[in-house]
Formats: sequence, C-alpha cells, structure tokens
Amino acid sequence: MEVINVEHLSKYFGTLEVLKDISFSVRQGEVLAIIGPSGSGKSTLLRCITHLEEVNGGSIRVCDRAMVADAVYADKETLREVCLMLGLVFQNFNLFPHFTVLRNITEAQVHVLGRKEADAEIAARELLNKMGLSDKANAYPCELSGGQQQRVSIARALALDPRVLFFDEPTSALDPELTGEILKVIRALAAEKMTMVIVTHEMAFARDVADRVIFMDEGLVVEEGIATEVLTNPQNERTKMFLKRFGQN
Amino acid sequence: MAKLLETMLQGSLVSISVFLLTLLFSLPLALPIALGRMSKSPFVSGLVNLYLLVMRGTPLILQLIFVYFAPYYLFKLSYDRFTAVIIAFVINYAAYFAEIYRGGIEAIPKGQYEAAKVLGFTKKQTFIRIILPQVVKRIIPSTANEVITLVKDTALAQTIGVAELFRVAQNASARQFSTAPIFLAGVFYFIMNWAVSAGFLKLEKRLSYYH
Repeated sequence: MEVINVEHLSKYFGTLEVLKDISFSVRQGEVLAIIGPSGSGKSTLLRCITHLEEVNGGSIRVCDRAMVADAVYADKETLREVCLMLGLVFQNFNLFPHFTVLRNITEAQVHVLGRKEADAEIAARELLNKMGLSDKANAYPCELSGGQQQRVSIARALALDPRVLFFDEPTSALDPELTGEILKVIRALAAEKMTMVIVTHEMAFARDVADRVIFMDEGLVVEEGIATEVLTNPQNERTKMFLKRFGQN
Repeated sequence: MAKLLETMLQGSLVSISVFLLTLLFSLPLALPIALGRMSKSPFVSGLVNLYLLVMRGTPLILQLIFVYFAPYYLFKLSYDRFTAVIIAFVINYAAYFAEIYRGGIEAIPKGQYEAAKVLGFTKKQTFIRIILPQVVKRIIPSTANEVITLVKDTALAQTIGVAELFRVAQNASARQFSTAPIFLAGVFYFIMNWAVSAGFLKLEKRLSYYH
C-alpha cells in the first residue's frame, strides 16, 4: 500500500522554481532516503509534504486521501486529518523549551488527539524508555545534549502515532558522536517497519537503513532506485559526481 | 510630623490606585494592540501604528489634559478627574506595553510555530500554550522598566487636579515653608519602586527554570 504519493509537484519561491515536476511514492513499511547537494530542494520537498509550505502545482496523497490535488488543497478539516498522519523531526529539534520532556510528548496527545492525561503519560514514558531517556522525563530541553533533545523530538512525533515519519536532516546539528545515537534510534524504528522518509547527508547510513534512495539536484529527481544500487553503482553523472565527494565509489 | 505622614500616606494611596488601575487595564489591553500592529491587514496595522505614533510621540501630560478637557470642549461633557487620569494612563501605557509584547512575540523562533503546526495544534492553541508563555519570560525585563516609570509618572495626575502623593507633598511644603515633604515623597516613590523591582526579580527567578 502506498502511504505517500506525490505527483508532478512544483514549488516556486518568487520566480525561482525550487521543485520541478517531482513524482514519487512511499510504500507502507518502507524507508526512503532523499539525498543531494545543499539547495537541491530536499528540505523544501519535505516541508511541502508536511504542509509547512504550500505547493504551486501537482498532487500529494496520504494513505489514499488527497491533501492537494492539482494545486488545490483539501478543505480545512480533511487537511487537518491528513496532516495528523504525518510526523516530522526537525534538524533543530524545535522542542518547546518551557515544557518538561514529558510534557513536550504529552501536550499534543492531550490537546490535539484528546487523549486522557494519564494515558498520554503512559505512552510518553513508554516512548522515553524506548529512546533510552526514561530518567529525563522531568528535565527541561535545555538540560539535555543535542542527541538527547533529538531523541525527545522523535518521541514527541511518534506519540501521535503517525503513519509516516519524516526526518529533515536529523543529525546535521549534532557532532559525529551524537549522530550515532540518533542513527541507532532510526535503525530500530526501521526494524519495526515504521514508514520513514529521511533527508540526510549521511551516505553510509542511507545505504545501511534505507530501502530506496532518491537523489535530487536543482529541484529535480535525478535518480531513484534501490538504496544499495544507487549508492554503490549510480547511473547518472550528477549522482556519480555527488557521491564521489563522499568517497563512496 | 504625624499629621504630615498621614496626609502623605493618603496621597500615596491615590498614587498607588492610579498605578494599579493603570496596570490592571493596560497590561491586557496591550495584547490585542500588539496583535493588531502585527495584523496582515494594512488597514488594521496602519491604524494601530497611527495610535502608537500619537501615544508615544506626544507628552503624557498633554494627553492627560486632552482626555479630560476635550469632551468638555467638544460635547460640553465634564466627568470625574480621577477617571480621566486612568483613561489617559491606560491608553498611553498600553501603547508602550504593546510594543514590548510585539518585540517578544516576534523574537520567538519560527521553528516553534512549525513544530506546533506539524503536531496539529490550532493557531489559537499554539499562541496560548506554546508562544505566550515564552513571550512572558522574554518581556519581563523591559516590562519592569516601563512599570517603574509608571510609578513615577503617577505624579502627572496632579495636572488635572488629582491630589496624588507629589501634589500633597508640594502643598505641605508650601504650608511649612520647607522642602522636607518633597524629599519625603522621594523616599515614598523609592520604596514603591524597590517593591516593584523586587517583585519583577522574583518573577524572573521563577521563570528561570529554562532558557
């Protein structure tokens, strides 16, 4: 089953076309990595699918429900329901600094999904346990390391039971030592068959954890395929050039 | 001496009333003004901007006179002086507080709004639960400044004949041929502001559990 289906997506910033006729889909339980040089439109694509940006053309379907069809957005209620199936983990975590770790994870469960406070707390503690942060429930984000903050933000996104989890360069704000702990968490989620779309600069990680890879350049999908094939034996010249810089070939 | 102290305490009660009533109305009123200033509608933001320009661009003493006398000259309507003082102070201070709020709101990183949106919070929930609490922490030092100025500005109420602390001190001073009551008034203001500063410092400490 296709969880995400994107067709002929285009996006302009002013007169600059940052996404050009993008089409791809993500199947249930699949891990898709989006790679490419800076400014290639990877993050913008993620932000369009999670409705942080509005597209100028094309369609996005989530679990067979239209978020936007030929640049016409669904009504507010549908949009809200569709967006609740999507989770996003930011590069800069964007945790709420005035809430404890626990409340960061329970707040939306209670006030968006309408769960009981006690149930939300049980779910949050379970997630924290899974993230190896059970002792940090009452800490504030500023008391945590970057890696710990990012794990909290993953827990916060997972608490709403999204159908797909998007990661926008989840390790770019972390030093290499802390990067490892985030990759470990994502790997564990992949083992549980969580559907994920990951924008990343970690090529080794992409090859390791992703089922498929999309290579983007200048707003275009240049190459798409099985992760190990694209990353070890790219067909396109631009992909080859890009991967060479990472010492992959 | 006991008599002097008594009249001055009465005067300071008037000053404190002006102070508290001004805060009571202007602090909440400043929020819709700040939001109006940030409105996407050029009409609304332009109108609010004009109001801010007038309030911050003319002397408070002139505004006091205008608020009290304009209704009389325009409609032959005269009303309570104390009420006029409160109205003038509220509309003046709300303008300053509104700009402090706006600064605080605009300083919240965009990522906070985006995280809230992705998590499904409505705009109203986002503002009340996520943004506002963080704004409060950020605006405390500049709000404290303004509130301290307000304590001293209450002395302007005498312009339209409200006998507040400074007026009472001046009267006593004239009666006794001595400047002592005026300096005593200074001590009163200082003590009030010492309390105000202490209060804000406490609030700041209470919110220092995160940064």
